[in-house]
Amino acid sequence: MKNNIQDKIFDIFNYAFLISLALLCVLPFIHILAISFSSGPAATAGKVTLWPVEFNTNSYIYAFSKPEFIRAFFNSVKRVLLGVTVNMALLSITAYPLSKPVGTFFGRTFFSWFFVVTMLVSGGLIPTYLVVNWTGIRDTIWSLILPTAVNAFHLTILLNFYRQIPRELEESAFLDGAGQWTILFRLYIPLSIPALATLTIFNTVAHWNEWFHGIIYLDSMKKYPLQSYLRNVIIDVSFDTIDVNMMDILAEVTSRTFRAAQVVIATVPIICIYPFLQRYFVKGMTLGSLKG
Amino acid sequence: MNLSRIKKTNWSYYIMLLPAFLLVLVYHYGPIGGLALAFQKYNFAESIFNQEWVGLENFRYIFGYPGFTRALWNTLFIAIMKLTAHFIVPITVSILLNEVRKVYLKRYIQTLIYLPHFMSWVIISSIFIDILSPSEGIVNKFLGLAGIEPVYFLGEPKVFPFTVVATDIWKEFGFRTIVYFAALSSIDPNLYEAAEIDGAKRMKKIRHITIPGIMPIIVLLGTLSLGRILNAGFEQIFNMYNPLVYSTGDILDTLTYRIGIVNNEYDIATAIGLFRSIVSLLLVSTSYYMASKLANYRIF
Repeated sequence: MKNNIQDKIFDIFNYAFLISLALLCVLPFIHILAISFSSGPAATAGKVTLWPVEFNTNSYIYAFSKPEFIRAFFNSVKRVLLGVTVNMALLSITAYPLSKPVGTFFGRTFFSWFFVVTMLVSGGLIPTYLVVNWTGIRDTIWSLILPTAVNAFHLTILLNFYRQIPRELEESAFLDGAGQWTILFRLYIPLSIPALATLTIFNTVAHWNEWFHGIIYLDSMKKYPLQSYLRNVIIDVSFDTIDVNMMDILAEVTSRTFRAAQVVIATVPIICIYPFLQRYFVKGMTLGSLKG
Repeated sequence: MNLSRIKKTNWSYYIMLLPAFLLVLVYHYGPIGGLALAFQKYNFAESIFNQEWVGLENFRYIFGYPGFTRALWNTLFIAIMKLTAHFIVPITVSILLNEVRKVYLKRYIQTLIYLPHFMSWVIISSIFIDILSPSEGIVNKFLGLAGIEPVYFLGEPKVFPFTVVATDIWKEFGFRTIVYFAALSSIDPNLYEAAEIDGAKRMKKIRHITIPGIMPIIVLLGTLSLGRILNAGFEQIFNMYNPLVYSTGDILDTLTYRIGIVNNEYDIATAIGLFRSIVSLLLVSTSYYMASKLANYRIF
């Protein structure tokens, strides 16, 4: 009986602790959401905690009437579509020969090491910058895509997945006259949909969230993806965000509520794919640990 | 039979490897070759293949430069605090989470705690810059209600490193908790039942079953984290720091950025980057070696 009471007390404290921890993780987002829907004066007066005060959507109207913001948003969409396509195409094709056993073709071990080494050593910021410049892709969208197009870690995940596909399937396809490309596209890729879906989601999040390359490789803010743009307008205060003419029209918008609205808009895509992320990411971590 | 034909040289394999091979060659191995710049004096007028060699002069310069030593210590201080906290917090939370018996509650908590992991540092910093602001931020408003003077979380050099560590834990602990939690859920439930029959209380079960159950992954992640000792988190600090807190907040990576990209001193910045890479590589190899000894871990 005594044991039972102790257990109960432990449970109560444990639940209370974990629930407050979980709340601690989401309350900052909710606070920012509340600010974005509040009026500027209410936010400045510190009246907003978790619920909008003097509810209005002016900050959002202002954000969506700002051509720079819209352009940055669509730059990001374009970058994600192009980047994820390139990543996934390279990934699914490159992993195939590497998934073959050692000795299948000349240089198999060399190629594996060639990619693995990139996880351990890199040239670092400046040499990479100089190479990007030298290859002429600086100040184009390709500078955000090509240098990071091949991810050795993702490659390992996928080739380990390919290895689990029974060899017999390939052999019988081969006897039926299928070439390597046919085997890859008709057999391996369709059988690897779960792994490919996981990696597509990882790459989407990575491209959406990446902000640094935009800042160093792109000269004009017109080409900036959303996250790079936000870094400049929110964090680097030297860029002014509120345009005085608009202030007359939308008197209730202050730079604070406007910043909050922009942050909220940038997180919406992540929130939308969060359910998928959740479903796949634990799976993704275990996929990587399946060593052949 | 025909199987021997599969083993014959197959050109399609090479064609499949070619695009990725070229990209990696240019954008990964190219910059590695570019590290030669650390031993050169960079001249903008010349091509990158035709620069003057100066031996170790750049390294002599950085070791004599006070900003470098300061950044090195700041990096170590912040990184070691982060490594320690990233060790203690997720393990504790995963053990507590494992004690929750209501399945739906477990799932809700997990869902909420790793949400911040998927947000970029631009977003997270924007949020913290707002809520930690001394004039308008909600945190200081609550501190004010408790009679505490406003704290300059992001502007006071003494406080800044701790703000960095705390916000980093806030962002990442949930994700790491799930890693340990996955290891915990693979513990054989029979062990708990057997212990219960023997009359073991909850604390005893945690100490003798749960903790030994995740020990291998604790040892593994612990040794591997050694390699990150010069990694204080560029993305975070770059988005949170400002000139007021350079004395305690400037790290090697942010220094490299300012010297290289802002001041265009490519040679000096490359030398700092190379120093950091060599130390990290030594630590990474040591830790992989230790991980393979202690936890029988192989990356490939």
